[in-house]
Amino acid sequence: MNRAVIPIAVQGASRERKRQAPKGRRVDPVALAEVQALLGTSERRRDLLIEHLHLIQDRYGFLSTAHLAALAAEMRLAQAEVFEVSSFYHHFDIVREGEAAPAALTVRVCGGLSCELAGSGELLARLPVLLGRDVRILTAPCIGRCEQAPAALVGQQAIPHATPAAIAQSVSNHGVRHQSGHGLKHDTAESVSTLVPDPMVDGYGHPAGSAVAGYDYALLRACYSGEREVEAVIAELEHSGLRGLGGAGFPTGRKWRIVRKEPGPRLMAVNIDEGEPGTFKDRFYLERDPQRFIEGMLIAAWAVGIDEIYIYLRDEYHDCRKLLATELQKLHENPPVPRLPKIHLRRGAGAYICGEESAMIESIEGKRGMPRLRPPYVAQVGLFGRPTLEHNFETLYWVRDILEKGADWFASQGRNGRKGLRSFSVSGRVKEPGVKLAPAGITIRELIADYCGGMLDGHELYAYLPGGASGGILPAAMGDIPLDFDTLQPYGCFIGSAAIIVLSNHDTAAAAARNMMSFFRDESCGQCTPCRVGTAKAVDLIAQPVWDAGLLGELSQVMRDASICGLGQAAPNPVDCVLRYFPHEVGA
Amino acid sequence: MSVNFELNGRNVAAVAGETVFHVARREGIEIPTLCHKDGLDTAGNCRACVVEIDGERVLAPSCCRYPSEGMKVDTASPRALSAQKMVLELLLSDMPETAYTRDNEVDQWALRLAVGKPRFAPRRQPEADLSHAAIAVNLDACIQCTRCVRACRDEQANDVIGLAFRGDHASIVFDMADPMGASTCVACGECVQACPTGALMPARGAALPVPEKRVESVCPYCGVGCQLTYNVSDNRIQYVEGRDGPANHGRLCVKGRYGFDYAHHPHRLTKPLIRRADAPKRGDFTMDPDHVFDVFREASWEEALALAGGKLAQLRDTHGAKALAGFGSAKGSNEEAYLFQKLVRTGFGSNNVDHCTRLCHASSVAALLEGIGSGAVSNPVMDVMQSEVIVLIGANPTVNHPVAATWIKNAVRKGAKLVVCDPRRSELARQAHRFLQFKPDTDVALLNAMMHVIVHEGLVDETFIASRTIGYDELRQNVEGYSPELMAPICGIDAETIRYTARLYAKSKGSMILWGMGVSQHVHGTDNARCLIALALMTGQIGRPGTGLHPLRGQNNVQGASDAGLIPMMFPDYQRVSEPGVRERFAAAWQVPPETLDDKPGLTVVEVMDAIIDGKVRGMYIMGENPAMSDPDANHAREALAALDHLVVQDIFLTETAYLADVILPASAFPEKTGSFTNTDRTVQIGRKAIDPPGEAKQDLWIIQQIAREMGLDWQYGHVSEVFEEMRGVMPSIAGISWQRLEREHAVTYPCPAEDHPGTPVVFTEQFPRESGKARFVPADIIPANERPDAEYPMVLITGRQLEHWHTGSMTRRASVLDAIEPDPVALVHPLDLAAMGVEPGATITIASRRGEVASYARADDSSPRGAIFVPFCYYEAAVNKLTNPALDPFGKIPEFKYCAIRVIPGGEVAEQGSYGGGQLLEPPVHSG
Repeated sequence: MNRAVIPIAVQGASRERKRQAPKGRRVDPVALAEVQALLGTSERRRDLLIEHLHLIQDRYGFLSTAHLAALAAEMRLAQAEVFEVSSFYHHFDIVREGEAAPAALTVRVCGGLSCELAGSGELLARLPVLLGRDVRILTAPCIGRCEQAPAALVGQQAIPHATPAAIAQSVSNHGVRHQSGHGLKHDTAESVSTLVPDPMVDGYGHPAGSAVAGYDYALLRACYSGEREVEAVIAELEHSGLRGLGGAGFPTGRKWRIVRKEPGPRLMAVNIDEGEPGTFKDRFYLERDPQRFIEGMLIAAWAVGIDEIYIYLRDEYHDCRKLLATELQKLHENPPVPRLPKIHLRRGAGAYICGEESAMIESIEGKRGMPRLRPPYVAQVGLFGRPTLEHNFETLYWVRDILEKGADWFASQGRNGRKGLRSFSVSGRVKEPGVKLAPAGITIRELIADYCGGMLDGHELYAYLPGGASGGILPAAMGDIPLDFDTLQPYGCFIGSAAIIVLSNHDTAAAAARNMMSFFRDESCGQCTPCRVGTAKAVDLIAQPVWDAGLLGELSQVMRDASICGLGQAAPNPVDCVLRYFPHEVGA
Repeated sequence: MSVNFELNGRNVAAVAGETVFHVARREGIEIPTLCHKDGLDTAGNCRACVVEIDGERVLAPSCCRYPSEGMKVDTASPRALSAQKMVLELLLSDMPETAYTRDNEVDQWALRLAVGKPRFAPRRQPEADLSHAAIAVNLDACIQCTRCVRACRDEQANDVIGLAFRGDHASIVFDMADPMGASTCVACGECVQACPTGALMPARGAALPVPEKRVESVCPYCGVGCQLTYNVSDNRIQYVEGRDGPANHGRLCVKGRYGFDYAHHPHRLTKPLIRRADAPKRGDFTMDPDHVFDVFREASWEEALALAGGKLAQLRDTHGAKALAGFGSAKGSNEEAYLFQKLVRTGFGSNNVDHCTRLCHASSVAALLEGIGSGAVSNPVMDVMQSEVIVLIGANPTVNHPVAATWIKNAVRKGAKLVVCDPRRSELARQAHRFLQFKPDTDVALLNAMMHVIVHEGLVDETFIASRTIGYDELRQNVEGYSPELMAPICGIDAETIRYTARLYAKSKGSMILWGMGVSQHVHGTDNARCLIALALMTGQIGRPGTGLHPLRGQNNVQGASDAGLIPMMFPDYQRVSEPGVRERFAAAWQVPPETLDDKPGLTVVEVMDAIIDGKVRGMYIMGENPAMSDPDANHAREALAALDHLVVQDIFLTETAYLADVILPASAFPEKTGSFTNTDRTVQIGRKAIDPPGEAKQDLWIIQQIAREMGLDWQYGHVSEVFEEMRGVMPSIAGISWQRLEREHAVTYPCPAEDHPGTPVVFTEQFPRESGKARFVPADIIPANERPDAEYPMVLITGRQLEHWHTGSMTRRASVLDAIEPDPVALVHPLDLAAMGVEPGATITIASRRGEVASYARADDSSPRGAIFVPFCYYEAAVNKLTNPALDPFGKIPEFKYCAIRVIPGGEVAEQGSYGGGQLLEPPVHSG
């Protein structure tokens, strides 16, 4: 009888390891006890996975695989399920067995286009030497503070108009407060409460950083008391022409009507995952008048017949979270009306794609933020499989004004044949960047001149992005187009969330496109081929000084035609605009 | 309801649930697809199948778009076609130079759509992961289509594979991006079967060459009865794929998919062997497969058969018919089982015939026959998909019936409530709605308490009880004394949980009970099963789809072997030997005088061993069984076997039992012969010959006939179908299953009374096969285990199996991949018990009972309850049945494998190279013939 000759490769688990324990990573009892202590009595429901991951990340500064395995066991999930979610989001740092933990403090320098224009690159170059190895420095996708460019986050503290000195000062403050490093609550919302000093006020005179005192929810009371009727409220909204201000522009009144007709229980999801580079209007209003938004939200819930509301707030807005949580708590303790719907405040974890309505729903359900295939539409099959009313923050913010001042008031605003008001987030090479509440249909030239104090000295308008990263790039020569829904499509652009980034003769459109395409590659969920592979190939192609217009054109077409969601479909916009309006920059 | 729409200018209709892609395929229109695979949920992520729909802004994935009335679809418009081609070009640009599969679907579609050389630079490629013994992971060929994720998660529900990270870093991972070989992967291979590009493939390129032939067969391991395809070249099985059978629908487990090369192991017996005169038998032998010829010499078939059969005949003639006994095998075919029992009954002249059913479900069968008149399942496993509540008790199907477990998991994810009752926390406990970890040995207490609740809360089905059962009053009175409050401290489950579970079970629209050896292998195994039957009867939870009783059968053909009469108290089809009319019928069919057929039940497996020691049984013929490993108190069994005057063993390996033989007849492995096999669902299927037996090894049917001839019987069976046709003549339950039908349909479920009858997956819908057609309640009281822990032996031993190794390990420990995955004998001990003993995980412990001791490695595993140790019985170098208690259940005569008292001593010595290959591929045997 002959003998064994060919050993089977088993690098995975040694023979010794197999004797010790069953297959796979075992749950460490200490890690399990730590996770159980952190979770306390909170429910172990699957949809709370991301919230639970935040608890661990906040407490320990990273997610060790031991804690992840323990969390999986505690939530009766597979390890793969926990891992695939935690590895999806930028704000979770997974540390494997034997790997070094990240530095106790992380500085995120915004790499968005506006901040890049304002010198974030230089900042990133100088910080490592200045801060040393105890601080981790990352380039972050747009953190929604473009009017304060360059902006940075030290831990969870926002640094507007960041300079190396300001960042170093903030870092040393953290050091003073939290000398022991890991395992301490150095990074929680509780410990950092200073709101960004910001002199700007909103249209109602509210300064940033606190709720409106004595807010009485009078309109909501009127709705609940029968003074206002559902039908009349919906009709008013329809008449006003209010459209979804997250970017898609779906008529608000019609949306309420559609969801209202669906069988209950119906849910509502509020999108404050403001991630479109250049956009900061939601934060601006939320910081100044959270109750106006809450009242609009509750009126929508009342009109549509909503059982529970989920608010999804981007993780970068730590101070807003605190403010909002406080207001929601007050509402809970002292409800202005009986039988309020249950309100859940959910925290994003660093993923642009979760601003896409169905990706956001997946994320609220505790999953990877991967957009769903439609049909079925969210209004029919949304959150937890229920009919769902999904709204952007700002859309709800305007409900009160429209109902109080009347639909005609809203509709009568507008310029150049357009109706309504738009909150433009303006950044880039203008003198006074910021949120500009202006008539819909205003042109870029009017906006810069009338609202932004003109261009920066020494800068001339060269180009502008009318709708954030995905809305395309237009040359100065096309500066007289009314800015609104539907007016920019003929030019291969769209207004989206009305994030206007102004470029000057010191900038190039190609560099902007490179910044945008890298952003899309990093932020693609990776689900579908055209977007996952397409964005990566496009980044390679446009890194060249001379662009292959033919191949890029074909690539654009498949991304537009065959991507699952708006990210992939709009990602080619900046590249296509460069080829169409700025061919001289890329030798095409 | 159909929908009319326009497809490439044609008017077509789609039925409900049909996607554009499905209709196109039906219409003969080709659309490339990659992420779509029939049987898996749609993902719609590859976008290769996009089509143009009139009036829509973007293209739509045809694989997940349902047509609507009047829709105009163009699958090949310039826009659609260029998107399809561009998707393929993008994926092609990242494909590696090396081909890992013959069928890369990206390459195939690219070729068909004339996509040329990709114009994009390739991505940075990930490293290969070759850490797993069975599966090679080459993610450089991965297209993130997630077919493997869906196969692992949705289909097999093993939840090992995930899609992690994001964007162009999105990657398939095992657990937490661990090497596959270090992950919780159970190597079912479903992901390999699903992968379109060869990123997941059988290791070592096994599936790259084109096989010479593909043979449709079934799996040789457990009772689930998965259909599979052997891919054969050079008379060797190269690789195995799942086939769409009624029990598995293409799914397999690690054993079925990767455990086939035992048939090619160099230890195969290729010549008859006769014990050397200078090699006396000893019960306390040590096996040494390398020095076989110290004990045996090779012989010709002629000499071996003459000696084997001649000596048996001589013993019969000298000491009487009852001096002989035969053990057949639940691994053999129906035809082999039938001929074997016929040989014992007509050639040996007694009913001393049994097989390992005695060691697994004999008690269940006893209770079922007594209570509802049939020992088989009432509903197939697949019926769990229609259940509202699934009660799983004393069974660990993820290990022992892995593909059945996948259906249970699928049902749970569809919304069924799973209640797992087990002293051990099995993998399914994670998915359970309730997990009742009751104390070992307290089944009756728990079940009677549940019945108490059902009686007291008025949850009984009065109509069912009145019209379809007898004996309810006795049962009702008996459970009076078993209130949940009284039973809670005994079984360790609080009263409220008992009440909740009882209500859940009783009130649901359909409740299935599935059980395994945790129920049956006790001295009160029959009582345990009686309680389960009573639960079903009192609530009317039987006799409908999705509702019933399912004892999960262990061996691939334990159902069929029992059906065929390979048990001492019954002729084929459960016709009792003691009934006069029955004997007359079989005497006529077998053309023997009725008085030659024994009218007394014969000896059972464990009883035979005692009878040998008592000198009553002197000669045995054992086909394919290994009692020296599988019987309780194995030392005793080995002494008994050694004491035989004459032992003939027919097997494919020199088993522990064969080591004690006088004559060893080299037989055929499963893929070397054709025969029918009956799975746990009562489905009869065909195993087809794929390869030739090695050397002079012979097919078992031929060997049985030769022994019969030596014993004076003149049998002339040619093809195996002739045996089957005789069987269906004497077995009404399979009367309608002809061999041709089996060949044609691959699977038929009995009862099947006529050839035009479709078969009967769900039985007892109208009546029970008992007198008056009514089922009978049989009350049960608490009987403690035969051997309780005490000061000297303070812990409890539970024995069983593990995923990779089958039974006594004679096959699987010689299957290179399986042995590589689980190479060493382990005892599963709770980590806290280990710590209390001061033993490090992986260190050696010696486990001792009153009957013997073995040493193995202590594996820290918190699935065992504290104070109880679980040991698989597949390791010959740590044969745990040396420890088990041969105490028998009085009705089923099944030994108490699930409970005996032990003590654990740190230290001891385990054989250095225990297994038969040590996780190594072995060179093919050198054929001597």
